[in-house]
Amino acid sequence: MRVALFLTCVNDAVHPRTGRAVVALLERLGVEVDFPAGQTCCGQPQFNTGYRRATEPLVRRMDEVFRDYEYVVSPSGSCAAMVRDNYPRIGAKAMAEGRGSALADAAGRLVPRVLELTEFLVDVLGVEDVGAYYPHSVTYHPSCHGLRMLRLGDRPLRLLRRVKGIDLRELPGAEECCGFGGTFSVKNPDVSAAMGADKARNALSTGAEALCGADNSCLLHIGGTLRRADAPMRTVHLAEILASTEQEVYA
Amino acid sequence: MSSREQVLARIRTALADVPRESEAAPDPAAVPRGYRTTHTGEDPAAIRELLAENLADYRAIVHRVGDESEVAGAVGRLLAERGSKTVAVPDGLPADWLAEVAAGTERLAEGPELTARRLDSVDSVVTGCAVAIAETGTIVLDAAEGQGRRRLTLVPDHHICVIRPGQIVASVPQALPRLDPRRPQTWISGPSATSDIELDRVEGVHGPRTLEVVLIDD
Amino acid sequence: MSRTFVGMPPFPTAARSSTKDGQLRANLTHATHTIRDKRAKAVAELDDWAELREAGKRIKDHTLRHLDHYLEQLEASVTAAGGQVHWAADAAEANRIVTELVRATGETEVVKVKSMATQEIELNEALAKAGISAYETDLAELIVQLGDDLPSHILVPAIHKNRSEIRDIFQDAMGRWGRPAPEGLTDRPAELAEAARLHLREKFLRAKVGISGANFMIAETGTLVVLESEGNGRMCLTLPETLISVVGIEKVLPRWQDLEVFLQLLPRSSTAERMNPYTSTWTGTSDGDGPQRFHLVLVDNGRTDTLADTVGRQALRCIRCSACLNVCPVYERAGGHAYGSAYPGPIGAILTPQLRGVESELDASLPYASSLCGACYEVCPVAIDIPEVLVHLRERVAEGGGHRDGHRVEGAVMRATTWLFDHPAALGAVERAAGAMRGLVPRRLPEKLPLPGPAKAWNDSRDLPELPEESFRDWWKKREQRGSGE
Repeated sequence: MRVALFLTCVNDAVHPRTGRAVVALLERLGVEVDFPAGQTCCGQPQFNTGYRRATEPLVRRMDEVFRDYEYVVSPSGSCAAMVRDNYPRIGAKAMAEGRGSALADAAGRLVPRVLELTEFLVDVLGVEDVGAYYPHSVTYHPSCHGLRMLRLGDRPLRLLRRVKGIDLRELPGAEECCGFGGTFSVKNPDVSAAMGADKARNALSTGAEALCGADNSCLLHIGGTLRRADAPMRTVHLAEILASTEQEVYA
Repeated sequence: MSSREQVLARIRTALADVPRESEAAPDPAAVPRGYRTTHTGEDPAAIRELLAENLADYRAIVHRVGDESEVAGAVGRLLAERGSKTVAVPDGLPADWLAEVAAGTERLAEGPELTARRLDSVDSVVTGCAVAIAETGTIVLDAAEGQGRRRLTLVPDHHICVIRPGQIVASVPQALPRLDPRRPQTWISGPSATSDIELDRVEGVHGPRTLEVVLIDD
Repeated sequence: MSRTFVGMPPFPTAARSSTKDGQLRANLTHATHTIRDKRAKAVAELDDWAELREAGKRIKDHTLRHLDHYLEQLEASVTAAGGQVHWAADAAEANRIVTELVRATGETEVVKVKSMATQEIELNEALAKAGISAYETDLAELIVQLGDDLPSHILVPAIHKNRSEIRDIFQDAMGRWGRPAPEGLTDRPAELAEAARLHLREKFLRAKVGISGANFMIAETGTLVVLESEGNGRMCLTLPETLISVVGIEKVLPRWQDLEVFLQLLPRSSTAERMNPYTSTWTGTSDGDGPQRFHLVLVDNGRTDTLADTVGRQALRCIRCSACLNVCPVYERAGGHAYGSAYPGPIGAILTPQLRGVESELDASLPYASSLCGACYEVCPVAIDIPEVLVHLRERVAEGGGHRDGHRVEGAVMRATTWLFDHPAALGAVERAAGAMRGLVPRRLPEKLPLPGPAKAWNDSRDLPELPEESFRDWWKKREQRGSGE
């Protein structure tokens, strides 16, 4: 099986380790991974800030870049949700504005094939035990878009529970937003910071070594908050834990 | 253009994008309704138990009597225990229900002289009801015979309500068809309450602070 | 009583002081978490909640789609039942109508049931200007009124106050409005409720005019419905001689039977109860029972503008349950006042900019007062996709933003970013440049540095991430060149 990795721009530029982990994990599970170099950004920051028209070239680009793949897998619930929930809206609005169906068609082609990493593992590959080894205490933060837009449910936790050596701890107030919210974090910095501080406090209360998530944007926000406080906790992407084995440590 | 015409015209303009059947009147019954008409079985005894349970859960005081002949005893006892000196009596209340009220208790028949101000010094009121809803623990009064005008069950601090078995339904969807919207209705689920202070529920603000229900089993 | 929301600063500015107010934060966190947990339990009792929610949404959509028809039907039904119907295109007209109706009774006092519509149009202030005192009778509204405060929640307007703050307000202010608070009043909620009972009883008994809103209006029968808990609503709806109900046009429902959906959805979503203690329904006037004169004032005030927006019109489904406020992480930290209108929280963030437009700085900031976490949509009993409408309204703000510097600059940045993302080679070059400079970027930027706004806002409370030496894109390219599989 050959899949395209839809890495996302933030991961490409700031968290390449997550991308390398996804490649290692999927290849270990017998999946052939390709990284189409034409991919850049899904357009979420522009769209969610009110610049829908600026998103449109990126919708077309995403469709072209990923057109030949049966599955397009992303280690970001937020960006996968952008495609699945918002691309059809962008297409529909363009049509309503009398600008034809090209964008709606692009969305229609792409949407059914875009999967978040844990969806692909659990639903398509049918695995929960990915053969990972991670001898650390970890608490898991379910990001909002994965939780509520993609309805990932407990897929990430099912995968984590099967990791050998892991000490998984329940996060109080897990389903509350961390306060990142893309440009929200700079447009409403005080509320965003207050939310981040509460999330960090809840995470620290578990005493875990690491806070795990399936979205690096949220981890960047929570991690920045933890580092500012010099807190004894690091953030780690779920894929990096799942990719880790006794031989090779990704996180 | 009057404001009426202006608002209606704005609505029609606002809905320009929506295909509308211009001739036929819209049909609200066509809206799909996948919900249940009841969440409870058909067994009347179980429905009655649920009603008693839910009334009590919201702090109504429930008294069970075997049949209607026992209502008088219960009502007499509750008024005596409360020490009620005056009791408001709605038109059409079965006279039997008050047969055992202590001789010294003043009965005030409904009428124009029973103003809100007068009612403010009345100790208790005894009524029947139109419908009782088990799933929500709700009693519905519709101002018909034996229930009184709305102020009667509002101003006195103590309300005794008698429920007959045939008045009990399981659910809200079963209650509405039995009620006439042209009659003024009061749906009562437990005594007056507020959660306005730190979301803590406190029973008793302006409506009757004590709601006693006499539930006839048979 | 002259405080209004007029002239409030934009949301981020107002929210800044709330986030620093420890008492307010504690009050809000306690209250919202209490109610949200209760709601979840009340909703879980019904295994057909999803179907009820869908029916609620569909009934509201159907009604809105034929709003003109149902309003005309309602008008005919109310009139036939002995009521009189008035139409108000905007707040000023609604206030004028109500003021004239009260004047016609010769009274200078009215008692009020809690009503969002009258808060929205600022009726109390308009009546005060005409020399008419409007007494709020809901406990929380009373707290707000006596404290010369503003409401901060749809269901619990005084949610920002705790019990000891409420005790202080009662002690200070009750005497100025009527019966003073009892001597030695403590902060026990039951005692505070008793104080309110005694204070308001004399007002109920002498009131000749009552003013209410309505949760629902039934077109087929002309019936109005008010849900409440305390009995103050029953007092206002039944004891006065004249009743004036001020209701938004979107509150109409086609049929009596439709209540079976909303009387299940609303109590569980708002107070988290199977049913609220009291629901009153009335149809015109009844001989000898309740007010003998009934006026219904139907208010547009921006609702038809909202209806014209194909995405935003779903906000008109709102039944004012406030479930979205109680789960909103932004509301919990910013508090209700920051939203600058009678409608705080997520629903306010989409309703206010539609009712009032996005011309003011405050109204333009509201669609951005959300992290788009989606908790509001999940609990909404009529399935209003609040995040969808927020983003849609951001578009309206951004597009209309030519005259606003912030959005002009932002728009240019967004377009430049898109250009970059549409040119992967250029993007790769930028990433490489950033990687090469990574050693120069500290976790925390020096205070003196003339940073662009967003970077400073971020860095005020969070460390910047460490940049990697090499982007994934470059790593992948090298791996490909080496031959895959390494």
